[in-house]
Amino acid sequence: MTVTEEVPSTHVLVGMFETMTRIKRCDEKFRSMIKAGQIVVTYYSPRGQEVIPSAFSQLLRPDDYVVTIYRGLHDHIGKGVNLRDLWAEFLGKRTGTCKGKGGPMHITDPSSGLMVTTGIVGSGMPIANGFGLAAQLSDTDQVTVVNFGDGASNIGAFHEALNLASVWKLPVIFCCQNNQYAEHTPYAEGTSAEHISDRAHGYSMPGITVDGNDPLAMYAAARDAVQRARAGDGPTLLEAVTYRFHGHIMGDNMSYMPKEERQAAMDADPVPRYREWLIAEGHLTEDAAVAIEESIGAEVDDAADYALSCPAPSADEIEDDVYAEVIR
Amino acid sequence: MTATETTEVEMMQLPMVAAINQTLAAALEADEKVFLLGEDIADPSGGVYKATMGLSTRFGTHRVRDTPISEQAIMGAAIGAAIAGYRPVAEIMIMDFLAVCMDQLANHAAKLRYMSGGQTSVPITVRCSAGGGMQFGAQHSEMLEAWLCHIPGLKVVVPSGAGDAKGLLTSCIFDDDPCVFVEQTVGYFMPSEVPAGDYRIPLGQAAVRREGDDLTIISYGRQVGDAVAVAEQLAGDGVSVEVVDLRTLVPLDTETVLTSVAKTGRAVVVHEAVTRCGFGAELSAVITENVFDQLKAPVRRVGAKNTPVPYARELEAVFAPARDDIVAAVHQTIEGSSR
Repeated sequence: MTVTEEVPSTHVLVGMFETMTRIKRCDEKFRSMIKAGQIVVTYYSPRGQEVIPSAFSQLLRPDDYVVTIYRGLHDHIGKGVNLRDLWAEFLGKRTGTCKGKGGPMHITDPSSGLMVTTGIVGSGMPIANGFGLAAQLSDTDQVTVVNFGDGASNIGAFHEALNLASVWKLPVIFCCQNNQYAEHTPYAEGTSAEHISDRAHGYSMPGITVDGNDPLAMYAAARDAVQRARAGDGPTLLEAVTYRFHGHIMGDNMSYMPKEERQAAMDADPVPRYREWLIAEGHLTEDAAVAIEESIGAEVDDAADYALSCPAPSADEIEDDVYAEVIR
Repeated sequence: MTATETTEVEMMQLPMVAAINQTLAAALEADEKVFLLGEDIADPSGGVYKATMGLSTRFGTHRVRDTPISEQAIMGAAIGAAIAGYRPVAEIMIMDFLAVCMDQLANHAAKLRYMSGGQTSVPITVRCSAGGGMQFGAQHSEMLEAWLCHIPGLKVVVPSGAGDAKGLLTSCIFDDDPCVFVEQTVGYFMPSEVPAGDYRIPLGQAAVRREGDDLTIISYGRQVGDAVAVAEQLAGDGVSVEVVDLRTLVPLDTETVLTSVAKTGRAVVVHEAVTRCGFGAELSAVITENVFDQLKAPVRRVGAKNTPVPYARELEAVFAPARDDIVAAVHQTIEGSSR
């Protein structure tokens, strides 16, 4: 744990713990139910990357915007998407955030500020600029966080978006969750830069690399980027270094991930490590931690049960929502 | 007041590019949520074809925004701002360049309403100059509207003249869905009548440009002018041709098309785009599926050759559908009729 200049309040520290616990529990529940054959979900596990959205969860307002990608469950939860609605959407139910039409790769929940989830690598960044532009034109101090992986920094949209954000000084935080793998390809095989953040220099914006599994360091870096955007000082490229515990998609055999490397990352699981630190530092008692975990566990179980009980969309809804009015 | 009581409306003679300029100015004036973005659109350039000339001076560069040559960034910024409540009008300088940002247009603008279960809408208008006749060669001359019509979620509009450009562009800007507005470059400089004041043509409403009994030519864009000229020419030979101007391809006014073809019993579809898998194929299918019993002859298509757009003037002239091609198709259809 990197103790920075000032430790955030206990309220913030515990808030981060709650968010990462909620993410971890949801992920475990999804994976166990999929493995048990109880549900069929196209599932991209965010396990190991919980700290990043947990930090932002304590910094963003409901009216701030978040854009994320197909591996987005942790970002959805971090922004505060209702768990019942989220689970129902993952299960393709009519009561889901997107009426079962989007699915895990396309969660949208404007009420919590989760605006776009894209299944196309790198495509969220140009759109995030649009949210930033809207805030700038409306003269609000809303900020936009767009999440993407290390692989997305190799696609053209990344470069176009960073350049435009810098030219227009947009209040956008480009948060690269560098989980070491672009789908199946290890970082160094596909990425020319030593750090993703090095690429910021070409676009005249701050480029920060931070340990994305260290809650205090992550919080401090995210806070600085949010403050900068909110103050109208422009975009930041924030590279949060982390590790994806599981394969690209649930069901892949992970043959491309060295066993020892993966084991070492899982041994350094940031969630229990942070829990220990919170207790050691007196921010949380063991009993309080257990109470949080039990309460969140019940919340996740409730969301799953709710989603299972919900109806599928009906066939006559298929042509709704293509246009404002049905066009055949 | 009904549509027929238009005698009191003041009319102006304007080239299409001037009508577009006035329409954009009126939209910027009417709604502060409207803004423009694109390459070289601010003054002093005012757009490569001057469609936006004077607008940044009048409304400010925050609302008429020059962008880098980054079509993905342009389209993405328009999409995000639209979801957040704006009505961006993005200029993609030339339609061929849509290929550079097709992911943003096809995977995002078109699908976000659906993927979000109707929670977010993307009210963008994408304007692009298009089409040949300028010797710009294979990458600056295409008509790609059929690509767009194949993507549920997009609306596709091709005006045939200055007045329609005004009425349709206004409707696109204030529509709640993503619209692609195709401006044929050669048509920019052709003057026609434009109603003054607020003028909107509903999307999905075709216009019968000329009534006739023997055959229907269905077209859109500047080829409508060719179709009308051909119809007038053939009237001298005793052939009575009706001309339907679609104006919007999606939504398509099937009722007007089918009513006309059911009446005449013959249809020729004319467009500037490459014939193979062009919009004419869709029209032909719609007609055949719905009024087959009334058809006296197969539906014929007149479009461009199935090649990239060539550079040499002589080749480009052969590539594009000409009035003679339309005349020939009309004759073949009538002579080949079964009854």
